[in-house]
Amino acid sequence: MTDILYLAWRYLLFNRWKTAVLITAITVTMFLPLALELVLERSTERLRARAAATPLLLGAPGSPLELVLSSLYFNGEVPATLSYGTVQAIGDTGLATAIPLQIGSRVGGKPVVGTSPDYFSFRELTVARGRPIALPGEALLGAAAARTLEVSPGESVVTESETVFDVTGSYPLKLHVVGVLNANGTPDDEAVFVDVRTAWIIDGIGHGHEDLSRPEAAANVLQRDGENIVANAAVIQYREITSTNLRDFHFHGDISDFPLDAIIAVPADDKSGVLLEGRYQAPTTSVQAIRPVVVMDELLATVFTVRQYVLAAVGLVGVATFATIALVFVLSARLRRGEIDTMKRIGAAPGRIGAMLGAEIALVLATSVVFAGTLTWFATLWGESLLHWMLSAGA
Amino acid sequence: MISIKHLEFRYPRGGFRLRLAALDIAERERVAVVGASGSGKTTLLELIAGIRRPGAGVIEVAGQDLAVLTDRQRRGFRVRRVGLIFQAFELLDYLNVRDNIMLPYRISPDLEATDATAPRLEQMTRDMGIIERLERFPHELSQGERQRVAICRALITAPDLILADEPTGNLDPDNKQRVLKLLLDQVERHAATLVMVTHDHDLLAPFDRVLDMRALHGVTNP
Repeated sequence: MTDILYLAWRYLLFNRWKTAVLITAITVTMFLPLALELVLERSTERLRARAAATPLLLGAPGSPLELVLSSLYFNGEVPATLSYGTVQAIGDTGLATAIPLQIGSRVGGKPVVGTSPDYFSFRELTVARGRPIALPGEALLGAAAARTLEVSPGESVVTESETVFDVTGSYPLKLHVVGVLNANGTPDDEAVFVDVRTAWIIDGIGHGHEDLSRPEAAANVLQRDGENIVANAAVIQYREITSTNLRDFHFHGDISDFPLDAIIAVPADDKSGVLLEGRYQAPTTSVQAIRPVVVMDELLATVFTVRQYVLAAVGLVGVATFATIALVFVLSARLRRGEIDTMKRIGAAPGRIGAMLGAEIALVLATSVVFAGTLTWFATLWGESLLHWMLSAGA
Repeated sequence: MISIKHLEFRYPRGGFRLRLAALDIAERERVAVVGASGSGKTTLLELIAGIRRPGAGVIEVAGQDLAVLTDRQRRGFRVRRVGLIFQAFELLDYLNVRDNIMLPYRISPDLEATDATAPRLEQMTRDMGIIERLERFPHELSQGERQRVAICRALITAPDLILADEPTGNLDPDNKQRVLKLLLDQVERHAATLVMVTHDHDLLAPFDRVLDMRALHGVTNP
C-alpha cells in the first residue's frame, strides 16, 4: 500500500499544476454549499434570537424591516422618526416600559446609540470596566467597539461630522468614555451607547454655548430684547460636555417633540403586550408597532428560499464539476495507456495499477476535503460578519 | 534456460500466426533474434516472458512451463525471473532515475527489496555511468542515458533472463555500440541469459547465436 501511495503521490507532485486545478475545483465545489449552509444556519440563529428577545418595537410608519435592522442590528437608517412623546405616552398607559432609541451619528464607524438606562437591564448588558452612564456627554462602549477604537474608561472619542461642506450639519462632539460593557455576541458589542439627550445634542437638537448674559460675551451680542438675546456667529459653541459647561447645554422646544428612531416596548405581561400593540394598529396612527421576530422570520423565509435556489445551482455546478473531473481522470488514464502497459508487462497486476490510479483520485479528494473543511471552519468564524455586512449593504 | 516445443500462437482478432517447432537457449547464452518487421520477433519475446499465453505447445523457462501457469503466477514469475528492456525505454516520466530503476519493487507484491538492493542499484548505476543522475527525471536525460536507466531497471531484480526488444533502436550509432557493450557487460556480470531482438546486423558480432525468424519456418502473415 505504501508503494501505491508513493507512486500516486509522485504522479500528482510531478503534475502539480493539473493537481492544483483539480483540488481547487473540488474544494470550491464542496466548500460553497457547506459554508453557505453552516453560515446561514448560525447567522440566522443569532439574528432570530435578538429579534425574539425584543417583544415589541415601535417606530414611524414605513418599512418594518428597515426599522428592525436599524433598531436591533444598528444597520442602516430609519426612513422616518417618531416623537419622544410616544415614550411618555406608553409610560402613561402602564402597559410597558418604553426604551427610547436614537441612532444618529457614528464614532470611528461604530453606531452611537442614544438610549435610557433601561436598555442595559433589558439586554442584560453588564459593565466590564468603568461605570454606567451618569451624565450627558458620557459614553459606554460595547466590547468590540472599545477594542476597535482602542479606548478605555477615562479616555474620549469624537463623533464623526456629518459632512465637511454642510454648514448646517451637526458638529463633532467629544464623548467621555466612562465604561466598557462585557461582550455578549450581539450588535451591542459594536455600539457606542450614550444618553438619549447626548444623542440629541450630537444631532444638533440641543447645544451648549457661552452664557450671553455674561459681560464677557457682550461683543457677540447683536440685540437684547428682554429675555431674548440675538448673538452673531462668533459666539463660542461647546463641542465637549464638561462639569463646568454642563449647565450651558440646553434644548429649545418641547422635549416630547424631539425625534426618536424607535422605541423598544417591554410589556409587563403578554396581555399588556397585545393591548399595547392593538393601540397602534389603526391605519391613522402615526406610530407602527411590530413584533421583530415576525419581521425577521419573514426575512429569513426569503433568505431560505433564495438559499434553496443557490444550493440547487451550486449542486448543478458541482455535478458538472465532478463530471468534468471524472472525464479528466478517464482521459488521463487513456493518455497513460503506454505507462500502464509497461507496468503490466514488467509484472504489475491490473488491480494494483487500478489501486494506484484510485489512490491518485483519493489523494486529490482527501486534500480537497481537508481544504474545504478548513475553509468552512474559517467561514463559520467570519461568515456571520459577512452576512451582517450583506444585510447592511442591502438595507 | 529456455525450451520451446511445438509452439503455436495466434492473435485473437488478427491473421498473424506464429509456429515454432523447437527452440532451445542455454543458460548464460547470448542470443540475437533478427527478422523482418512483422515476422514475430516481439511476439516471441512476449511469449517467453509470459506476457502472452501460447495457443498450443510448451514454453519452459528456467524449468517452468509457462503455459500451465495462471495469469497471476506468470506475473510473479516474470517479475522475479525476467528482466525486460524496451525499444522506447518506457520510463515513467514522473519518477526520477532511482524510482524508475526500483519500479519493479513498487508495482509487484511478489518482490521485496532487501539490504542488498540499494548497493546493487548503486553498483549498477556506477557501472552504467548514471550514478550522478539518480535524482534526475527522464526528460532531463539523453537518449543513451534513458536506455541505461531502462537496462538498470531490467537488472535490478537480478533476473536469470533478460529479454531486450530492440534496445538500441532509438539510439545513434555511437550510443548503440556503447549501450550494447554496457548491456552485455551487465548480463555477463549478473550471469544472466540474454535474448535480444534487433534489426541492426552491425550489432550481431558479440552474440553467441543469431536466430533468424525466417529460418524458423513458422511465421505466417496474411
